[in-house]
Amino acid sequence: MILIAQPNEGQKPMMKMIRTFFATLTMLIAIVAITTMPARALVTVDINKGTVEPLPIAITDFLSGDQLGANITSVIAADLERSGLFAPIDKGAFIEKISNPDAAPRFEDWKVINAQALVTGRVTKQPDGRLKAEFRLWDTFAGQQLDGQQFFTSPDSWRRVAHIIADAIYQRLTGEKGYFDTRVVFVDESGTREKRVKRLAIMDQDGANVRYLTNGKDLVLTPRFSPSRQEITYMSFEGNKPQVYLLQLETGQRELVGNFPGMTIAPRFSSDGQKVVMSLLQDDGSANIYTMDVRSRTTTRLTSTSAIDTGASYSPDGSQVVFESDRGGRPQVYKMGADGSNPQRISFGDGSYSTPVWSPRGDLVAFTKQSGGQFSIGVMKTDGSGERILTSGYHDEGPTWAPNGRVLMFYRFPPGSNSPHLFTIDLTGRNLRQIQTPNLASDPAWSPLLE
Amino acid sequence: MRRFEMIARSPVVVALFMALAIAGCAKKPINSAGDLGLNGAGSARPGSTQDFTVNVGDRIFFDVDSSVIRADAQQTLSKQAQWLQRYPNYAITVEGHADERGTREYNLALGQRRAAAARNFLASRGLPASRIKTISYGNERPVAVCDADSCWSQNRRAVTVLGGAGS
Repeated sequence: MILIAQPNEGQKPMMKMIRTFFATLTMLIAIVAITTMPARALVTVDINKGTVEPLPIAITDFLSGDQLGANITSVIAADLERSGLFAPIDKGAFIEKISNPDAAPRFEDWKVINAQALVTGRVTKQPDGRLKAEFRLWDTFAGQQLDGQQFFTSPDSWRRVAHIIADAIYQRLTGEKGYFDTRVVFVDESGTREKRVKRLAIMDQDGANVRYLTNGKDLVLTPRFSPSRQEITYMSFEGNKPQVYLLQLETGQRELVGNFPGMTIAPRFSSDGQKVVMSLLQDDGSANIYTMDVRSRTTTRLTSTSAIDTGASYSPDGSQVVFESDRGGRPQVYKMGADGSNPQRISFGDGSYSTPVWSPRGDLVAFTKQSGGQFSIGVMKTDGSGERILTSGYHDEGPTWAPNGRVLMFYRFPPGSNSPHLFTIDLTGRNLRQIQTPNLASDPAWSPLLE
Repeated sequence: MRRFEMIARSPVVVALFMALAIAGCAKKPINSAGDLGLNGAGSARPGSTQDFTVNVGDRIFFDVDSSVIRADAQQTLSKQAQWLQRYPNYAITVEGHADERGTREYNLALGQRRAAAARNFLASRGLPASRIKTISYGNERPVAVCDADSCWSQNRRAVTVLGGAGS
């Protein structure tokens, strides 16, 4: 019924190239299987509704000779559950035991436990040492397969395969791209508040595989992912000269961004990854926005004010920039052309607004709002209308968008401690979840979907 | 569809990051008389860092979201300028700080604005501006930690540090 393609010869040169490049590099190859296109209404999740009843889904342990199948399954189930759109059914309720994931399941057995969708799969070790992970997604009420794919990977990338499968399921059932095969760069915090040690760290979006990129000697702040490369920009106080840096994640190569006479802060990439926009703090106490072309190294000044202009963020098409400025008194969100033309204020609510971030879809700007002693994370349309507060607390700051524009991550600390942790919230304002990190954590920035 | 890991999990690469991150070891800041373990103001040798910190006062404070040099701060800065003219061999860095009730990037800029205001005041009292560096730590280096203005008001400060920043 279903053909699952095998990898062809054409993939080998790519593999060789990458292995030459990096001995430990792992590689995944996904071959999309041939699926029958549905002729009738199939199970879907409408993620644009105000309230969504999570879709009951049965995710069976992938067949394997060891624990790996169940491990992969648990990562898939956790991804889908944390999205708030799916309710994985307790395995104890399952009636049919899947013994052949290639065969159609007994749909009646799954309908009776109200599993609208069913995932089956298998993971096998290949003669060359790689893993092959296969899955099938079934619509139990329509009685047909919705998706089926297989992936090859090195054994230590099993979590990544699980995230890729979770993304495939999410995309097939919601119609939107997933965001599980992504990473988050953030600042790991330890020590007392007066002597806080901050290290750059990177992890999978579910909090697994934490790795440290700096050792804590220098204060580091506000890392941001390149949308196009495995590269981050961040701010470091190295040598008591606080400046914006670039760090290549593949090679560890690091460089200063531009050659400015003062502190540079608040870096962010343009959506094509070709520019870094930031603020220069000047001797007169002003902060103005500059952009540097990563290739040509030319810098361009975008604002000229005696006020504080910072927190700049490009629109996805690169034609505009939102930023925060206190030129009118308190910090507010402004919008201007990417050449600095025609700046205009767009936030007009009570309180002050900062850290504007243009959404990957281009239609919204997320922000931090301070009002009435509370800090909130909210979104507004790019003309400033339609403000919606998603979550509020003693201190909620620094939203970053998931690459599909459906979920925001930010950091929060309660009164009493300045002990920040990372949280996600859905664009609808539902489904607030904490991301587990080894220590305190702040300044998260979401990667694009990995390639 | 092809996907591959772009980030090495190799310890070698992590070690490379670490090596790159190692920089000059910053000296411990002297933020207050308490840090110095002083017995009393009289014990400070004239012209010493202790003398400056204890007898002149190394810091000024600001109102919420403000970089205006208050009257009490003007007195302190005037005394600083006199002392620094008497002892012209010290390099000077003014560190600007903000309280925690703001966003990180804005606070970095606000700290710089405060440091610049203090620097300009010192310059207006006759210190050459070229002798005075500035740096902002935003809200990263509080000296008082609580959720009340009794702490925040101590953290909204500009500290004149002798002998270089981050010191």
